[in-house]
Amino acid sequence: MPEIHISQTQLQPKAPQPGGEGPGKKASAEVSHVRMHLLSRGNSAWADRGFQWLMVLCALSIFGIVALIAVELILRSQLAWSRFGFKFFFSVFTDPDTKLPLYWDPVNGHFSALPFLYGTLVSSLLALLIAVPLAIGVAIFLTEMCPQILRGPLAFVTELLAAIPSVIYGLWAVTILVPLMREHVNPLLFSLFGWTGLVSDDNPTGLGFLTAGVILAVMILPIISSLTREVMSTVPHSQREAVLALGATRWEMIRIAVLRNARIGIVGAIILGLGRALGETMAVAMVIGNSPEIHRSIIANGSTMASVIANEFSEASDELHMSALIEIGLALFIVTIIVNAIARLLVWAVTRGAPAQAR
Amino acid sequence: MTDGLASGLAVLSTLLVIAPLVAIFVYLIYKGAVSLNLDFFTHNPVPVGELGGGMANAIVGSAILLGVGSLIGVPVGISGGIFLAEFGRGSRLATAIRFTADVLNGVPSIVMGIAIYALIVVPQNHFSALSGGVALGIMMIPTVCRTTEEMLLMVPHAVREAALALGVPNWRSVMAITVKTASPGIITGCMLAFARVAGETAPLIFTALGNSNWSTNLNQPIAALPLQIYVYALSPYDEWHRLAWAGALVLIVLIVLAVSLVRYVTSRGVLKGAS
Repeated sequence: MPEIHISQTQLQPKAPQPGGEGPGKKASAEVSHVRMHLLSRGNSAWADRGFQWLMVLCALSIFGIVALIAVELILRSQLAWSRFGFKFFFSVFTDPDTKLPLYWDPVNGHFSALPFLYGTLVSSLLALLIAVPLAIGVAIFLTEMCPQILRGPLAFVTELLAAIPSVIYGLWAVTILVPLMREHVNPLLFSLFGWTGLVSDDNPTGLGFLTAGVILAVMILPIISSLTREVMSTVPHSQREAVLALGATRWEMIRIAVLRNARIGIVGAIILGLGRALGETMAVAMVIGNSPEIHRSIIANGSTMASVIANEFSEASDELHMSALIEIGLALFIVTIIVNAIARLLVWAVTRGAPAQAR
Repeated sequence: MTDGLASGLAVLSTLLVIAPLVAIFVYLIYKGAVSLNLDFFTHNPVPVGELGGGMANAIVGSAILLGVGSLIGVPVGISGGIFLAEFGRGSRLATAIRFTADVLNGVPSIVMGIAIYALIVVPQNHFSALSGGVALGIMMIPTVCRTTEEMLLMVPHAVREAALALGVPNWRSVMAITVKTASPGIITGCMLAFARVAGETAPLIFTALGNSNWSTNLNQPIAALPLQIYVYALSPYDEWHRLAWAGALVLIVLIVLAVSLVRYVTSRGVLKGAS
């Protein structure tokens, strides 16, 4: 009985194979029959089962890592949590001497994550503001306009941008970008927008939110543009041709056929870029100025959630300070998990559901 | 009119994106090449005020950290990839793992650093090379896992069936046939993960800590190239800035080599011989 079964299932998979299906994804159902059969008999059964369990275990370790991070962060931030509760994220203390608002004073045990939430939000939004139009421009240029010869090298260049370590961006920013901001960009912005109160001239360092935003923009550009490119190339050619056939110009075609069809995926790419910007540590810590304050001016010094951890963690001597920093880390972990999950779902929805072969 | 304007904007934005890259690279190569000499590779850091010195300890330290990291990240990542491609295809568990791996990839490295700090450094009560290596290894797992899966999916089914038809046990068929066929792709995936963590600084600040002396002890704080660059970049001394640039050049050359290799191998069609 089993013999017959084997010969049938072994013959079968050959039939659907040559259908130009590529690396035969369709045939998996039949193959697993053979495999199940071999798994369940003979003296290699135990070895096979052991092997499979080992592989499953390694795959499950990914869940394990996430759980481990969550558990460790929750346990180690207990102290701050029990002391401050939810107020940790929005309380404001007052300096007894100057009567100014005070947020973060490890010496006197005042801890509030508010300035770091604010700094993270402002620097990330500035980064998106700069990076998103550029990234979409690059993606449009690469998918719709670029001569074929340039496409490969340009894609390679954007890939390289993604491979440069954060600390090297930081080093470059400290030596080139900070003086540039200090000497030219910040005074110019102040003369143009000083009246709004969003730009002040009381920070002579060249560090600050805007400098961090610029370097973040450079760092998240590659990921946004490469994903946008990927999503745009899943838009079927028939769509483009249909719009062109109606007499549209190239820009109208891009707007109506490409951007409109790809918009969900582009939003996904932007959110993924946001996730990167939120958690980026070293380059930001090197240029944001590191002061736990809230300023309306975008060229003021500030601090982000990641940068305060990088700066203070190894010096935190008392338990509460350490615990407060870990709680900031926990908040960062939760936020980036949520942001990344949303982004992945959006990107997956587009690149999977689209008829890829219609290209 | 708008058509021309839009095209112009697209071209302009491409130029604007390339500009910082060119700026970074040109400056890096210029500054790095001026500061790089043999001492950089053969000497340890010297105290402030003395000229010369190098980062020999940081280069060796980075190698040790990456070695420990690869020992953890590569086998676990490849095995996870094998599960996703060979056993879990289409199953809900595999989809969940795939999704978690992608999300884990986006978790900031500094968070990973804190978790390892809490897990290893606190109980041991001292910073160590081992904890830094573990942090890097864990960061490699999702990348290695996903690229391994992708590469294994490219192996034609006929190859697997041929092995099974010969009566080879499943595990040998996977290891000796499927994984071997996809090995160039898997190796490039590992290189990519390697290049990514090679430049990581944030998870090392409070695990490996850094060390200004020569150390190869896994149980002691150890120097690492990115850490050393970070410390030197923020120092007020020109001599240290010079060394930071030299270190950055060495690091970037390693990473660009890895990325170019990956691109070369993947563009050639990794599995040409197989199909």
